[in-house]
Amino acid sequence: MATETIELKPERRREPALESAGPAVQRRQPPTPPRQRNREPRTVRPQIAGPLSDAGLGWFSIGLGAAGLLFPRAISRWLVRRDHRRLLRAVGARELASGIGLLSGRQTAAWLWSRVAGDAMDLLLLGAASQSRRASAGRIAATTAVVAAAAAVDVMSAVQEEAGRRVHVRQSITTNVSPEAAYDFWRDLANIPRFMRHIRSVTPTGPRHSHWVATGVAGIRIEWDAELTEEQPNRLIAWRTLPGARIRSSGRVEFERAPDDRGAVVRVEMEYEPPLGSLGVTAARLLGREPAQQLHEDLRRLKQLLETGEIITTQGQPAGRPSGASWKYDSAARDDQTVADR
Amino acid sequence: MKANCWYGKKKVEVVEVAEPRILNRHDAIVRITATAICGSDLHLYDGVVPTMERGDILGHEFMGEVVEVGPEVKKTKVGDRVVVAFPISCGHCFSCQHEAFSHCENSNPNAWIAEKMLGHSPAGIFGYSHMTGGFAGGQAQYARVPFADVGALKVPDGLRDEQVLFLSDIFPTGYMAAENCNIRPGDTVAVWGCGPVGQFAIRSAKLLGAEQVVAIDRVPARLKMAKQGGAEPVNFEDSDVYDALLDLTAGRGPDSCIDAVGMEAHAPMMIGWYDRLKQLLMLESDRPFALRQAILACRNGGIVSVPGVYTGWIDKFPAGAMMNKALTIKTGQTHAQRYMRPLLERVQKGQIDPSFVITHRLRLDEAPKGYELFSRQDGCIKVVMDPWK
Repeated sequence: MATETIELKPERRREPALESAGPAVQRRQPPTPPRQRNREPRTVRPQIAGPLSDAGLGWFSIGLGAAGLLFPRAISRWLVRRDHRRLLRAVGARELASGIGLLSGRQTAAWLWSRVAGDAMDLLLLGAASQSRRASAGRIAATTAVVAAAAAVDVMSAVQEEAGRRVHVRQSITTNVSPEAAYDFWRDLANIPRFMRHIRSVTPTGPRHSHWVATGVAGIRIEWDAELTEEQPNRLIAWRTLPGARIRSSGRVEFERAPDDRGAVVRVEMEYEPPLGSLGVTAARLLGREPAQQLHEDLRRLKQLLETGEIITTQGQPAGRPSGASWKYDSAARDDQTVADR
Repeated sequence: MKANCWYGKKKVEVVEVAEPRILNRHDAIVRITATAICGSDLHLYDGVVPTMERGDILGHEFMGEVVEVGPEVKKTKVGDRVVVAFPISCGHCFSCQHEAFSHCENSNPNAWIAEKMLGHSPAGIFGYSHMTGGFAGGQAQYARVPFADVGALKVPDGLRDEQVLFLSDIFPTGYMAAENCNIRPGDTVAVWGCGPVGQFAIRSAKLLGAEQVVAIDRVPARLKMAKQGGAEPVNFEDSDVYDALLDLTAGRGPDSCIDAVGMEAHAPMMIGWYDRLKQLLMLESDRPFALRQAILACRNGGIVSVPGVYTGWIDKFPAGAMMNKALTIKTGQTHAQRYMRPLLERVQKGQIDPSFVITHRLRLDEAPKGYELFSRQDGCIKVVMDPWK
């Protein structure tokens, strides 16, 4: 029932500085795949040539790695006049692994971050080397500058890779009311903050437009305007954010009669670009806001409201400890209280 | 108010806590006049149930007087004398409307924890870990009862607390275990575990027309009480259970077997140590000796009914016996609300007096002593506590 995918955007905003500085070259770009309504998660890999592309960084890594593996003694002597063959070989092997990983075209972001981690390690090693009396200060400084530049490129590439991701979640629930009742409840936008944990308010601003205020990660207030894109009474509501909104998202909710008239099936599908890309999602996850789980909890609250008219809580009950609800386990009940308090 | 709280393995303490208040519109507050320690509370006491937290108020068998009701409570009135079902059930969801009250879909705010561990969540339960909602329990002077119209049964004045208190859990639990056996005339029912649930399973099996009931335990006082209830006692430390059961059924095996033991079964020698070691090493969370034995002893095509509590994973499950013998396994947390009214009628008609099971009457202050006595099993079968003495 629960699905969540993080996928790459088909087109990626990347303007390599070196290319744009040079004469206008007609860059060959693959045709952009059409933006389809994602029933199935898919990953699209852009192929961009140039010194800053992932492939470029991959070959760069392989080159460095090969140098470290083939001439460890020479490099070591050149830097600190000492033979640190094993260390140099280890560094070379690491570079080689990152390079092959990047060229594989899979998990690009992870391999880019592995390069960033490698750069950090190299800078630390260079720092240690600079303490050595035998080291050549000039050579160490020059090498440090090169590594720092590479690190900057790596960080930029990794962040861009992350920012191009969007989150796709899909959840469904069966409620013991008619599809009509479920539809009416959802269509009254004022009800949405009652079951969607992170939504603070929804204000209709026109027949098809509404203004949304939400609480993001770490309590940050986010606002946007949305429009209805499709509506079929008692069957379907679809929406998307208006151009220029800080958050780009779209979604749809469908209402069906469950087999043998066992109530209403509510299916929700949403897609959005989280701030900071998958870094944002990872941060949200660490704070207990896993997107699919969050939507699942939202739908559970919807079901409770439809079936019983309220959301059950333990917040405020007695216990033989300072707080009645447990900080460790009762996060859902705590959040319900914040829903009730609004 | 005073409440008995859990503070860790083998550690409960009666402490002063705030009085409960109405938190949801379907809530009622009950001033508790009698409360009991359930065999399943011993699993909490022994620290084998996950998602317990220091300070949790224990107890899911309680009754008392309604002192306050929320705005949406329609049937239950202030002043009613009620006994409260241990599962919390909304009465509106698909499960509740099919009388599967212990599967209520709306009463567990921590359903996500249970879903991670069990695939689907059961209903919320009073005082029984955060996986079933983290609700404050009823070993206290007051309790908040969510969905009071569904969970609180009004009891008539003519009956004493001790006669109706066990409608909250162990009587319906023993009864459902027997009902699940689909007893026909001439049937033999074997019951593993002669704790309170086992005792009610034995008497319920008799009420439902079993020809022969066999009671399996090792504590003499429990076997004696079982015998008084009409069962044939078998002490598993003195005789081989499988042989004894085949002897008593002339080779057929019992038509149905009830595992009223659950996850902390005691087993003789090697197998017992095997399961204890695996539980200690967290290679299995539950010790299923009684369940294994019940499956192996049950006759071909028979029913294995499991009211005993399991929370996690077991090892060496006799799947071959289950499949080749075409066994039916029936189990579940009790749908207490389904049985309370009909069983109350049986009590009113004098068919059974549930107070027979009580061996110890204590003050709530003595709860730690009660847990210790019950856990030692030494002549202690059921502890009832008065919160106001």
